[in-house]
Amino acid sequence: MYEGVVQNLIDELGMLPGVGPKSAQRIAFHLLAADPADVNRLAHALLEVKEKVRFCRVCGNVAAEEECRICRDARRDEHVICVVEESKDVVAIEKTREFRGRYHVLGGAISPIEGVGPDDLRIRELMTRLADGQVTELILATDPNLEGEATATYLARLVKPMGLKVTRLASGLPVGGDLEYADEVTLGRAFEGRRLLDV
Amino acid sequence: MHVAHLSLTDFRSYEAVELGLEPGVTAFVGPNGQGKTNLVEALGYAATLSSHRVANDAPLVRHGAGRAIVRVAVVRDDRRALVELELNPGRANRARLNRSPVPRPRDVLGLLRTVLFAPEDLALVKGDPSERRRFLDDLLVARAPRFAGVRADYDRVLKQRGALLRTASAARRGRGGGRRAEREAGFAAAGAGDLLSTLEVWDAQLARHGAELLGARLELVEALRPLTARAYATLAPASDVVELSYRGTLPADDSPADSPPASSTDGPDLWKTLVTDREVLAERLRARLLEMRDAELERGVTLVGPHRDDLFLGLGELPARGYASHGESWSFALALRLAAYDLLRADGGDPVLILDDVFAELDTARRRRLAEIVAPAEQVLITAAVPEDVPAELAGGRFDVAEGSVTRVG
Repeated sequence: MYEGVVQNLIDELGMLPGVGPKSAQRIAFHLLAADPADVNRLAHALLEVKEKVRFCRVCGNVAAEEECRICRDARRDEHVICVVEESKDVVAIEKTREFRGRYHVLGGAISPIEGVGPDDLRIRELMTRLADGQVTELILATDPNLEGEATATYLARLVKPMGLKVTRLASGLPVGGDLEYADEVTLGRAFEGRRLLDV
Repeated sequence: MHVAHLSLTDFRSYEAVELGLEPGVTAFVGPNGQGKTNLVEALGYAATLSSHRVANDAPLVRHGAGRAIVRVAVVRDDRRALVELELNPGRANRARLNRSPVPRPRDVLGLLRTVLFAPEDLALVKGDPSERRRFLDDLLVARAPRFAGVRADYDRVLKQRGALLRTASAARRGRGGGRRAEREAGFAAAGAGDLLSTLEVWDAQLARHGAELLGARLELVEALRPLTARAYATLAPASDVVELSYRGTLPADDSPADSPPASSTDGPDLWKTLVTDREVLAERLRARLLEMRDAELERGVTLVGPHRDDLFLGLGELPARGYASHGESWSFALALRLAAYDLLRADGGDPVLILDDVFAELDTARRRRLAEIVAPAEQVLITAAVPEDVPAELAGGRFDVAEGSVTRVG
């Protein structure tokens, strides 16, 4: 254990995802040795992000204003909504430049172990968005793990009466990879989701 | 296949040990408590990623050391593979294959296949259903490593669904106290309809993953049945006929909903007609979950699914558990292991046979018969307290094990 303030810093850093006690200690001592101006900039950035960043009132994505950049963009297709777990998933999909519709960020996935039920996710907001019948396709892009699948199934059942097209992202082989290196589960999924080759 | 080299660092009683091994029979001889079993336990661990003696990894690390390392060189069809495992209790274990790290330890499953006979096997016959489920599931993984994933997924679904049921159960009883409980109760109270629709989602997941596991187990029991009967008849010729059947929480046919839930020991024989189609099984699991929903909400646990099933072992007209004598139970346990060995061998690649302190428990006749069955295997590793415990049919190499040191003597 170190003197009070140093240990406090280590403890706080240790709460961050992916940072264990050793790393926390290393970062803390790096900060102690660093130029005060650099540390100030970091502290400022931390405070600013909590002050200024808000969540888009439409889609729940991180935003600098009431609505995020994507929701304000009139060129985006408002008939298609892609549902993701976290804001970082929006960034990942945006990088593909394949998708021109809108997003909806749930803020997680259904996980009873962590006490997360449908009411803890932005599902009611999604239903409100779907209510006016403008949206024709809902793309479920939750993570391909148990919790993500459960959330997708839950949503698919929920919106079924609305009669819109519900799709799930395909699971399968990584592009540019070798078939022989794929694990059996992935390969099995890829077989399940195979499609007709139109020539 | 055979193990050509075993190297241990800080594993159980061994600070460091290096053993060169050959195909054929090798015996490890020494008084009790000297570390014979630790050697074969390490091999079993390299094959299954779990110990046959303890449920978690902590006791496998030498007292005072932070981690243990098991290195096994396996030779199969003249190709050599080096499997290395680093056991870090409390943290993630790591694995390397031919000196390259693999993403997950379970990626090395299947490289070394062993069939291990040990005094603990008696629990297969005399112990709880969980022992027999583990026997079946371990064998599934040994035959197709993909099942390690199926099993992990199913366990995760059980945990998630269990958490949901406990919340619902607590909300029903209106139990309070604690922020978390309040929060959970709030989420449950948000609407019974909401809770039920979430439960349906987990029902679907349980049915899907459960059907995969259940179907595979049913097929496995079907394959084991004749092999076990044959092995038992060889070990104990003048004895009753053995019978295996799968007893589940799922009725075999579309019997009326009011049939009582089958308990694991006295339920009807549920699998007269074998259905292993995963879609059909999933549908039946879902239907059964609906029937049992009230009881599940009452008790807050998942009452339907392969985690509550059992492998029924019958001897003549009677269940082996509770009725079989000590000797019969032993022969039955051995017969199950021998059947597993037959099955793995038929899949291709003779697995390494490990007989841990087994012969001392058997009478002369059974000893000889077991020795005759296992002698032709590519590699047989035996542990025994005294050299006389090793049957003459299994003469071969010998190591003496004393006070944590292993010395080749023949």
